[in-house]
Amino acid sequence: MSSRDQILTAVAQNQPPLTPLPEVPTFQLEAPDLVEKFSQVAVGIGSRVFRVKGYEEVQEILFHDFKANHRIISRVPELSSFADATLLEDRNRHQLANVDLAIVEAHFGVAENGACWVTEEVLGLRVVPFICQHLAILLPKDRLVPLMHDAYASIGSAEYGYGVFIAGPSKTADIEQSLVLGAHGPRTLTVFLMGQ
Amino acid sequence: MKTEPTKDHAALAHRFNQDEPRVNWHDETLWFIREKRDRAAFAIPDWELLRETASQIKFHTLSNLSQYLAQFEANAQANGITVHWAADAREHNQIVHSILQQHGVTQMVKSKSMLTEECHLNDYLEQHGIEVIDSDLGERIVQLAKEPPSHIVLPCIHLKKEEIGDIFHMHLGTQAGVADPQILTETARQHLRETFLTRKAALTGVNFAVAETGEFVVCTNEGNADMGAHLADVHIASMGIEKLIPRRADLGVFLRLLTRSATGQPITTYSSHFKMPRPGHELHLVLVDNGRSVQLGREDFRNSLKCIRCGACMNTCPVYRRSGGHSYQSAVAGPIGSILAPNLDMKKHADLPFASTLCGSCSNVCPVKIDIHNQLYKWRQVIVREGYADPKKTVGMKAMNLVLSSPKTFTLSGKAGRWFMKTVPFLVSNKMNPWYKHREMPQPPKESFGEWYRKNRKPHE
Amino acid sequence: MTVGLFIPCYVNQFYPNAGIATLELLEKAGVKVVYPMRQTCCGQPMANSGFEHLTKDCNELFVRNFAEFDYVVSPSGSCVLHVKDHLHSEKREDQAQAIRGKIYELVEFLTDVLQIEQLPARFPHKVGLHQSCHGLRGLHLSQMSELVAPTFSKPEKLLRLVQDLELIPLSRKDECCGFGGTFCVAEEAVSVKMGKDRVADHLQHEAEFITGADMSCLMHMEGILRRQKSNVKVMHIAEILNAQEIG
Repeated sequence: MSSRDQILTAVAQNQPPLTPLPEVPTFQLEAPDLVEKFSQVAVGIGSRVFRVKGYEEVQEILFHDFKANHRIISRVPELSSFADATLLEDRNRHQLANVDLAIVEAHFGVAENGACWVTEEVLGLRVVPFICQHLAILLPKDRLVPLMHDAYASIGSAEYGYGVFIAGPSKTADIEQSLVLGAHGPRTLTVFLMGQ
Repeated sequence: MKTEPTKDHAALAHRFNQDEPRVNWHDETLWFIREKRDRAAFAIPDWELLRETASQIKFHTLSNLSQYLAQFEANAQANGITVHWAADAREHNQIVHSILQQHGVTQMVKSKSMLTEECHLNDYLEQHGIEVIDSDLGERIVQLAKEPPSHIVLPCIHLKKEEIGDIFHMHLGTQAGVADPQILTETARQHLRETFLTRKAALTGVNFAVAETGEFVVCTNEGNADMGAHLADVHIASMGIEKLIPRRADLGVFLRLLTRSATGQPITTYSSHFKMPRPGHELHLVLVDNGRSVQLGREDFRNSLKCIRCGACMNTCPVYRRSGGHSYQSAVAGPIGSILAPNLDMKKHADLPFASTLCGSCSNVCPVKIDIHNQLYKWRQVIVREGYADPKKTVGMKAMNLVLSSPKTFTLSGKAGRWFMKTVPFLVSNKMNPWYKHREMPQPPKESFGEWYRKNRKPHE
Repeated sequence: MTVGLFIPCYVNQFYPNAGIATLELLEKAGVKVVYPMRQTCCGQPMANSGFEHLTKDCNELFVRNFAEFDYVVSPSGSCVLHVKDHLHSEKREDQAQAIRGKIYELVEFLTDVLQIEQLPARFPHKVGLHQSCHGLRGLHLSQMSELVAPTFSKPEKLLRLVQDLELIPLSRKDECCGFGGTFCVAEEAVSVKMGKDRVADHLQHEAEFITGADMSCLMHMEGILRRQKSNVKVMHIAEILNAQEIG
């Protein structure tokens, strides 16, 4: 018998009598203002959060820290004047190691934990939000959901090859529980909450 | 390896306690994490309902596991994932090795996977000429120190920053005496970036696998799993068969609980959902049994398989905090390790269910409500019944039973010298009375309660 | 109402005053109390060591001693929890089950059954309350610090009825003391370290007495206090609730 069949047989023999699968109860977030809650939590986990009206403001803020000689990539068409999208192909993925700033659009954000949901199709390449030195996420502020349950309700049965919740810059506290931002991924995360 | 398998938990814990300031430091560091967990949990008014829901989902999954495994396999294959099945650790290691061989790979980068620790994958691959670099910072540190992780979430929580500085000085060329976590982390970042960019194969663990979609989720703070997986040509993910959950929506429950329980964060920095291979590349998933189907058949112990590996039971355990992870000599230490390990090797791990005061704090912090302390009690009964208890202890217990089941002997032995202190010390092999080493004996009163009662009340014989 | 008084083996042998105070508290509340002379032990030391199968004789004896009473009351959370969870009888299982339903730890008997609202006790000292684990997490004498649930504490409620008693706070309000039955000798190093740390928390908050509903934990901490030549004393909660220092 193959290991597969052996395992499945043993599991079928040993599993307890069927118990019901509970429906996930309806949970509520006690904070009424999602933008406020999201911002507060995101800052708490090390993100920078800016409320902006449009792309010009995004550029203005980013240009405080980044100059023309920095390598900036993005697939967002409105940012094409200063961000490059041409190298975002799988065979070039290792060449992204010197990207200073990547800017991506998120599908939505989660107020309770400051996380943003992005998928392969908006990233172009899966490695983009990890390999860059700094990451910026654009998030329409009317696309905030309260809790993770709402997040998965939003995702529904959507198809994607890869998707990731990103909550803050890459971090570690493995050395004596001292928090250090910038472990292997981005050293900073800037979230732009977009909209009037 | 610094651990010596001939010593039991008590002996290794005794050694750990030779340096009391260090025990204090270890205890306080972990208690700090327990407090962070408390703050995160108390910020959610429905926390207990969330735990109960998670527990029921996990138990339901176990009760239907064979069907969910088949469903998951079919969906994962439809997504383009290559699914492998490993009955035990050896087969898991062989599968990983053969995938690497097919791609001519001799160097692999690996993110955190307690399963591969359980299977001793690194040793196996190194014996077969394959170099493995662990990319989680804590795991890389213990790998350089040639030690196993001492905690499932915080692998090097037993090491001080100065010791890590020494390790980095020796292996990564930092200046002697540098112990600043910022500098050490930056050094590791540069070193591991080079690794990520040059490895053709990456192995990751799995936190959750969703039966209805055939996807799996990996949670990290560092981004190391993603750096490895997205840059390599081949991604191998290893998971125990108990990692399944039925629905994508169930992730909402578990991702809320996991990191709040583990570190007090609202969620890990990255919760990565792998559903299909990267276009043009291979994604292999190894489903591992290694004793899990046996544990599933143990009625008293099967719900240990609900575990989502958050480590909260370790952080709250007053024994773990004061004995250190290495004293458990098991890939998973602490309370949960003590109920998982005897299933894998009862003789080797017969000491672990006794490394507890049965205080019950572990069961209360467990996000999936595993009754850990009750299972520790039950494992004790099994271990004694199966003959793995110290024979001296058995003799002592039988003597104790004789005294306690006969009121006459009990009264006599009490008068002869307060039996308790006389009885208990000979349950262990120490020649010296272990109570008295650091504690005064209770002072025998002039009369027992029974004697007082006989004089002062009308006895009811 | 007749209460069968169960005095655990080590309390009988080493801490008769805790037993006497328990008896007197119950009698003062108007309860008829009987102490069956042939009692020994609940069998927990064996069962927690993995030898539950050896406790049959102990169990039979326990059932014979206590079946007849309306309630069984004991000044030990740990022993009560053991009986509640594990008492069986081959000959008289119905009686064993009945005992499991009517056995109470002293504090819960005073608060839940007798519903004591007043005590004529005075104890003008700073007191630290040790929450023994089996009473806390097994019998739910107080809310557990891990759970997101409303707080309450039955022993604290009773201690607050005692005149001039000052209850001190603790940094870790319900951490285990490390006694753990045979753990106290089998894992001597960790047991002692846990005990030292628990005692230190009380000392830092200037306790003069450490009290609790389980004498075994107090015995362990007393052993450490006396080795440290500390003036701080341990005292079973029954003795404080029954204290007669009327000034």
